Amino acid sequence: MAKNTKGFPITHVLGFVLSLVLTFAALGVALKTSLPFKTILWIIGSLAVIQAGLQLFMFMHMNEGEDGKSNLVNIGYAFFIAVVTVGGSIWVMSFGM
Amino acid sequence: MSANVNTALPLEYQTEQNRMNILGFWIFLGAEIVLFGTLFAVFSVLNTRYAGGPTPKDLFEIKDVMVETILLLTSSFTMGLAIYEMRRHNRNGMLLWFIITILLGAGFVFMEITEFIHYVHEGATMQTSAFLSSFFVLLGTHGLHVSMGIGWASMVILQILRRGLTPVTARKTFIIGLYWHFLDVVWIFIFTFVYLARMVG
Repeated sequence: MAKNTKGFPITHVLGFVLSLVLTFAALGVALKTSLPFKTILWIIGSLAVIQAGLQLFMFMHMNEGEDGKSNLVNIGYAFFIAVVTVGGSIWVMSFGM
Repeated sequence: MSANVNTALPLEYQTEQNRMNILGFWIFLGAEIVLFGTLFAVFSVLNTRYAGGPTPKDLFEIKDVMVETILLLTSSFTMGLAIYEMRRHNRNGMLLWFIITILLGAGFVFMEITEFIHYVHEGATMQTSAFLSSFFVLLGTHGLHVSMGIGWASMVILQILRRGLTPVTARKTFIIGLYWHFLDVVWIFIFTFVYLARMVG
């Protein structure tokens, strides 16, 4: 949380380039390979989580300031609830099918 | 409001009020994650129920999706640069990146509306199938958020033009910045699990 950041916004440029790389990597894995569907889903899902993390830490500075730890716990918990909601719904609706 | 001022911190963190507002906005974003989680859950359960209507492979054009993705990703980057310039107390640089962000956001909304009109002309409406209902609700909620973000950001720009960079306007800019980055985070998951995954499986 530097007050007078001088010079070149290196973190932002790095975050942007990495996001682009991850986006095109996901595109390539999904449409240019013939891996099994489940494998593709796991790979592009992981790439999405990494890219979301990049946005949260490199662009949103989630862990800065005196409330950085609260932010981390709050967003982590929200993601946990979202994953349980999505995963649980898929699980219960496909059970026994 | 003026209590506990710390001028060693960036403008948006200088007052107690500002720090509380920013923490409060992070908590709101937590609730937004859960909101989109429920919409993703509905889509995940219903995304193969075509009811004889068009399937994702019939509808989705990867080129248009990539253009939307790049527009929103770039706008998230330029919003980051706006906040970076704000912390250097460079008001004009900040306004420039801020306006570019809004234009890129408007480009994204335009592309998305064009995409939806195209789908409806192909007979893929909200009423066609469970897949399309859940698709339009998820994508529509995200598109509505971006549209509201454009209106919100425009009003923050007006305030900066009239009142200059103060701890209050800096805090408002920082918070709309958080909101904008968050919308790109949601889009990453839409791009991955709605478009890419459905075009494969």
